[in-house]
Amino acid sequence: MAELRALVAVKRVIDFAVKIRVKPDRTGVVTDGVKHSMNPFCEIAVEEAVRLKEKKLVKEIIAVSCGPAQCQETIRTALAMGADRGIHVEVPAAEADRLGPLQVARVLAKLAEKEKVDLVLLGKQAIDDDCNQTGQMTAGFLDWPQGTFASQVTLEGDKVKVEREIDGGLETLRLKLPAVVTADLRLNEPRYATLPNIMGAGPKASASGNGSADVAPMEAGCRRLGQGRPVNRGLPCAESQEEED
Amino acid sequence: MLLPLAKLSCPAYQCFHALKIKKDYLPLCATRWSSTSVVPRITTHYTVCPRDKDKRWEGVNMERFAEEADVVIVGAGPAGLSAAIRLKQLATKQEKDIRVCLVEKAAQIGAHTLSGACLDPRGFEELFPDWKEKGAPLNTPVTEDRFGILTEKYRIPVPILPGLPMNNHGNYIVRLGHLVSWMGEQAESLGVEVYPGYAAAEVLFHEDGSVKGVATNDVGIQKDGAPKTTFERGLELHAKVTIFAEGCHGHLAKQLYKKFDLRANCEPQTYGIGLKEVGLDYQNPYLSPFREFQRWKHHPSIQPTLEGGKRIAYGARALNEGGLQSIPKLTFPGGLLIGCSPGFMNVPKIKGTHTAMKSGILAAESIFNQLTSENLQSKTTGLHVTEYEDNLKKSWVWKELYTVRNIRPSCHGILGVYGGMIYTGIFYWIFRGMEPWTLKHKGSDSDQLKPAKDCTPIEYPKPDGQISFDLLSSVALSGTNHEHDQPAHLTLKDDSIPVNRNLSIYDGPEQRFCPAGVYEFVPLEQGDGFRLQINAQNCVHCKTCDIKDPSQNINWVVPEGGGGPAYNGM
Repeated sequence: MAELRALVAVKRVIDFAVKIRVKPDRTGVVTDGVKHSMNPFCEIAVEEAVRLKEKKLVKEIIAVSCGPAQCQETIRTALAMGADRGIHVEVPAAEADRLGPLQVARVLAKLAEKEKVDLVLLGKQAIDDDCNQTGQMTAGFLDWPQGTFASQVTLEGDKVKVEREIDGGLETLRLKLPAVVTADLRLNEPRYATLPNIMGAGPKASASGNGSADVAPMEAGCRRLGQGRPVNRGLPCAESQEEED
Repeated sequence: MLLPLAKLSCPAYQCFHALKIKKDYLPLCATRWSSTSVVPRITTHYTVCPRDKDKRWEGVNMERFAEEADVVIVGAGPAGLSAAIRLKQLATKQEKDIRVCLVEKAAQIGAHTLSGACLDPRGFEELFPDWKEKGAPLNTPVTEDRFGILTEKYRIPVPILPGLPMNNHGNYIVRLGHLVSWMGEQAESLGVEVYPGYAAAEVLFHEDGSVKGVATNDVGIQKDGAPKTTFERGLELHAKVTIFAEGCHGHLAKQLYKKFDLRANCEPQTYGIGLKEVGLDYQNPYLSPFREFQRWKHHPSIQPTLEGGKRIAYGARALNEGGLQSIPKLTFPGGLLIGCSPGFMNVPKIKGTHTAMKSGILAAESIFNQLTSENLQSKTTGLHVTEYEDNLKKSWVWKELYTVRNIRPSCHGILGVYGGMIYTGIFYWIFRGMEPWTLKHKGSDSDQLKPAKDCTPIEYPKPDGQISFDLLSSVALSGTNHEHDQPAHLTLKDDSIPVNRNLSIYDGPEQRFCPAGVYEFVPLEQGDGFRLQINAQNCVHCKTCDIKDPSQNINWVVPEGGGGPAYNGM
């Protein structure tokens, strides 16, 4: 029964509680030494994959992350939550800046084909760039059906029923596998990566699995021209000024 | 008559109802609630409200897994990391294999580290004689020292003669958080198992009373104390010796002092909060260390240095200022204390990192000798490494602390700080601290507060938003956060004391001494009076509340690991 294999993509982002600072040369934000963690929507995607595995509907979960060496920590967390294998697509830190949804989608599509997975799970968007594009582009490259903003995922044989949260309410789709699903907030509450599981996930070096994909993801990358704080739009209105005094 | 039950969530209501029926064996805290009429329930943490009598926990699997190591270290600060590194360096050199596990409550190494910091490289150089080649971030040697007394508008310069403890020749200005994180990388490459994001919440004991190890925090408990679906027990880490390196006023150390009576022959520890220059032995309950700091920045001799700058970070931490007189017994069966936890800070020098590192190194060497000795005989299952304390007393740490032991207490006399300076000039600078007497401290910091009616409220100037700031925007910059749905980790032994004692006698000093705005006295929804609101999510883990609470009612325990500030190179 459980012959399905799932690929879950996870992204290492600056922790949501940290106050972001723009670099003085305005080429980006300060990331050195800043606390990073797994993108919250990616955690939800990993949790969903693990729940499917616990229900014996999925046989193997592969966690994948693209980026510099520190991504291994994120993969390790995914392993501690219940993924079976990790793949780290290493992109040197200098070029990681130009890694966008298009490049990652290309990598995920190649990996999905190579690993012969039936389900690709991602978070709906990353909290640093808010692009909300990677899942959709991956499905495009693979020419697979997609169920995005999932608030409920049910596997039914060779199909997957996805309930989506859309502006008008809830929409339910039934997709033929293989398919791409992106997770929204209400899909589940992720479990903690507890210490026994982190210890079991092994030392960091081994989390990279069979590393490099044979893609050159950096072609046609975007170049960021500048980054800064939003412009101050002027004085607060009169009432709030009084309250402050 | 119980408290307004309508306000409580359903599971809590069920809990109360169940407890009301089983009055014979109510937990202590519930008995208090049912007898006092209008005390809102504040504390839900399981250290105060035990779970074995709580109906919501019936049937929950409370089993814990255990891992065995040779040495477990609690806290990855300068002391803890020095001990771990030294243990592995010795093991590599002598080709022995020892398993060293290090747990740290911060999400990443260095995230809870805060210090000036001006480092005396003495301890660090013993650990890494080749630190320059290895690229340790000691990049800014001190070139100039200035010392002065600030009056309301002016500054009286005081010469720093060579030989005085404040002289910084040969020292480095470092971002301690970055140095600690560098040390963390070195530790990992040596084979230490470093686990950031996991807090040691409980000390474990063998049957003979010796320390068996620690257990990490449970996760997945709701704010009201009930289990969530994601509830999981912590992990037990067993070791032959457990090193406690929690930093100033550690919460496990507090338990160990009681259990092994380690403070029987020393004075109570006294503290400062850094923010750095504000000592915690102040008497006026209206004093707010944070606002004193903001006021200090506006002093005419300080302001020009800060003008035009941009505030990029904020943090606070208690530090110990008791010196030699306040050092407790350092070893007990199964464990020992290192670093700022027992407190080796050289107060007039305002440096404790170098002594903390050295204490870690000495602990590691003493433990390693015992672990690898062939004729090891121990009365208890947990090893009692008494050699550590003996070696520390023979080392330069003790000598240094001995020579400066009387400087701070000398400031308690009638002449205040001026008396202290005169004393230092004569007895330290000339006589090198060799005087035969040892002065005492005034007593514990929490006893120093005078009742509010005997003091005048302090009028603090408003922050200007350029150099001085308000508290909450500063707290946001510390990056602190905690999972909101967990029991508040600032626990009260008695929920009624904040209003009945702290507020009525001392005008609620906790709302002023907390540098993160955790404690607020808010008006009751119905009727007159106030209640204490604890905004646990703001906490920056400084421990000031546990130290300065005049009723000693606040007990800081560790929250879910990974929570707390996210300092970057502080």
